[in-house]
Amino acid sequence: MAEPRNDPSAHPRHGSPAPADPSAEPRTDPSAEPRTKTSAESRTDLPKDLAANPILSRWIRVQPDGVIDVQVGKVELGQGIVTALAQIAADELGVGMDAVRMVPAGPGGPDEGMTAGSMSIMDSGSALRVAAANVRALFEAAAGTADFSYAEWADRVDLNVCALADVPLRSEAVLVGQDVARLDLPDKIFGRPRYIQDMRLPGQLFGRVVRPPSRGARLLSVTGDLADGVSVVRDGSFLGLVGADEARVVRCAESFRRGSRWAEHDSLPDEKELDKFLRAGPHETIEVIDDAAETHGGDRLVRATYSRPFVAHASMAPSCGVAVWRGPAEVDVWSHSQGVFPLGRAIAAALGLDPAGVRVEHAESAGCYGHNAADDAAFDAVLLARAVPGTPVQVLWSRQDELSWAPFGSAMTADVAATLSADGRLTSWHYDVYSQGHTARPGYAGGVPGLLAATFLKEPADYPAAVDPSAASGYGGTRNALPGYDLPRRRITGHRLTESPIRSSAMRALGAYLNVFAIECFMDEAAEHAGRDPLEFRLAHLSDPRGRRVLTAAAEAAGWGSPQPEGVGLGLGYARYKGRGGYCAVVAEVEAESEVRLRRLTIAVDVGRVVNPDGVRNQIEGGALQSASWTLVERVRFDRRQVTSDTWETYPILRFSQVPRVDVTVLDGGGEKSVGAGEAAQGPTAAAIGNGLAAAIGVRVRDLPLTSEAVITAIERDN
Amino acid sequence: MISFLVNGVPREVDADPETPLLYVLRNDLGLMGARFGCGLGLCGACFVHVDGVAVPSCDTPIWSLAGKSVVTVEGLTPHPVQQAFLDEQAAQCGYCVTGIVMSAAALLDREPHPDERRVAEALDRHLCRCGSQQRMVRAIVKAGRDG
Ligand code: FES
Ligand code: FES
Repeated sequence: MAEPRNDPSAHPRHGSPAPADPSAEPRTDPSAEPRTKTSAESRTDLPKDLAANPILSRWIRVQPDGVIDVQVGKVELGQGIVTALAQIAADELGVGMDAVRMVPAGPGGPDEGMTAGSMSIMDSGSALRVAAANVRALFEAAAGTADFSYAEWADRVDLNVCALADVPLRSEAVLVGQDVARLDLPDKIFGRPRYIQDMRLPGQLFGRVVRPPSRGARLLSVTGDLADGVSVVRDGSFLGLVGADEARVVRCAESFRRGSRWAEHDSLPDEKELDKFLRAGPHETIEVIDDAAETHGGDRLVRATYSRPFVAHASMAPSCGVAVWRGPAEVDVWSHSQGVFPLGRAIAAALGLDPAGVRVEHAESAGCYGHNAADDAAFDAVLLARAVPGTPVQVLWSRQDELSWAPFGSAMTADVAATLSADGRLTSWHYDVYSQGHTARPGYAGGVPGLLAATFLKEPADYPAAVDPSAASGYGGTRNALPGYDLPRRRITGHRLTESPIRSSAMRALGAYLNVFAIECFMDEAAEHAGRDPLEFRLAHLSDPRGRRVLTAAAEAAGWGSPQPEGVGLGLGYARYKGRGGYCAVVAEVEAESEVRLRRLTIAVDVGRVVNPDGVRNQIEGGALQSASWTLVERVRFDRRQVTSDTWETYPILRFSQVPRVDVTVLDGGGEKSVGAGEAAQGPTAAAIGNGLAAAIGVRVRDLPLTSEAVITAIERDN
Repeated sequence: MISFLVNGVPREVDADPETPLLYVLRNDLGLMGARFGCGLGLCGACFVHVDGVAVPSCDTPIWSLAGKSVVTVEGLTPHPVQQAFLDEQAAQCGYCVTGIVMSAAALLDREPHPDERRVAEALDRHLCRCGSQQRMVRAIVKAGRDG
């Protein structure tokens, strides 16, 4: 049996269904010793995630051999967060990278909610830094010297105490700011078992779920060929198979899929009329800002509408979950969820269990770009494991299910109407954006489970339409709807569909992708009306010095203003993510002859204090290329009943030969706080491509993706 | 019983002849380096060498392998391409990487010093959702240059 990690001793709880380390059991606050009488007050000064999980041993445990186990609540999604956090911890503990061992998020560690919204460096990084400073201070105090060995004092220092806020932080950065190599990449590049799909627990069975053929379908009857050692699990319209031989289980699942009869009906909108569908409502209205109801009379009015279709996460690995049903109210789960604690609570809610009995530990999978099917697969595993108590079950989704049943990033449509004065300044800005909600994560919308299979059980759970994150969390459909420019008379309104047959949820950048595309394309269109250069027009409306700096840097690096050959255009895109995160400017070089070809992306970013510069470059490159893929080729297809884009042929993404050159400049964010990089580039990249295409062909394409067909439609529209 | 070589070792596999090689590698032989991505030969995550040619193991039935030689990423490790991937930090989630390493190694066998364009063409059957393509191409060109 292969262990899921190359060195089983490094992760003693991984690869064994039983928690081998009792110290990793959840602890409750009362068991911790308050260190001083004022600890309760000083807790309010702690970084948010540390205040919520103040006990040091949840974050850091020093082993007798001096290895320091660090456990955070944020998870590795392929973005390199675990390495960046290890750098922060090692620096503050005053040790090298080798001394730190990162433990996957799980029941023994801190609950930091979701790994989402580019908040991990900010939230987890600041909490971990203070926790590590506390640990170092305790060891220093015990040893009576700053020159101590963690191994020597490990037994004598009790970390089961609350963190204090007033512990001094080290000012000197040794690892922070360096290009430290990713801790997880050697396993992944050498092909060692590392992913949840590689877990093989003793006696583990393989499970597959037979999904309904379409949304809302109900299972009427089922037959199929059952191979030796494979059994069927059914609960209402949830149908699954379990067995020891994976290939056989897959074959049986296929046979049952063909042998099952379902009551189905048409429920989906016309994919060619998404604009109408999104505008039809019912809506919730989200007022982002309203400084003046009236447009500026007398000035020239410019308006345009932009849209994007539904987009799939399309991770390279289908979702996977592992579970062991331990007893009547006890289940252990492994998942690549973005939030193992919320997932545990949702599973408990769906099955009426005490949440304390549901233990979820994180295990890595392929790249995660938002709320995909990870949570669903975990729940599938729980349902199948319940049928074979005591036996671990691993469920793997099919590619087809992954592309059609995981939540999508919502289709959106946005209207901009702005006035332009005679001297070329924007004098009012009205913006309306229509979208489904952008979160349907476990526990959303008043605590419904948000787990796909729960809606197919004999007693089906409700699955209302997706909601939006609050303004404090950066909004959903209206994320980045407020332009970063100096604009008077703004009225910006979101319209969230409160009913929809299509499952949507968080996907990288949420509404910011389309909003930035719309705003930045419109800036170009307005600049053209004003007869001004797009860069100069932007700078004339932008006083934020950090914004000006990224724009100028990207433009300079790309040779903005230099003449381009026939059929080639340069386009700009700029935004500060969420209005308070990373600054990013992109210049795209687009060629449009027989097809739209993206030749080059030149990017400048400012994400504040940088923990790992190469990590930031890698995230920006990846974010930009993924956005280029959405922008150029991606679109979820469906008929009136089912999603039809369920393979890589029907849901193509950008291929190696279509990938442009990408150059990223990371500007020194100086003393500014660290913010995330994973979602900064998507909106600006889309806009830069859109603007580059318009510069190349002289025709404005406002509906994504920017395929040859979309270009032809736009040309026909203009004629 | 079907006999073939896996990483130079003779193996007798007692499974339904239609079983895709990928399941045999991962479940019977404990070789996890080939990853499941689509099962349809369309993504490249599961690539291995069969008699020196990079092919998808997810849609290669084991009956077709009788007497042949299969090399997986485990059999290739350590390969200069892998070191170049580490040097360039040419991955984000890494799930697509082992399959790409197999195609890159086969390419370098045929064509020791490819340029970026040739590498990109040779990898066109592989998908990478994280957008690490540029780094991977750079790494493979570098491995060819240094090799
Ligand atoms: S898993 Fe074999 S090509 Fe996708
Ligand atoms: S690195 Fe994640 S799919 Fe390629």
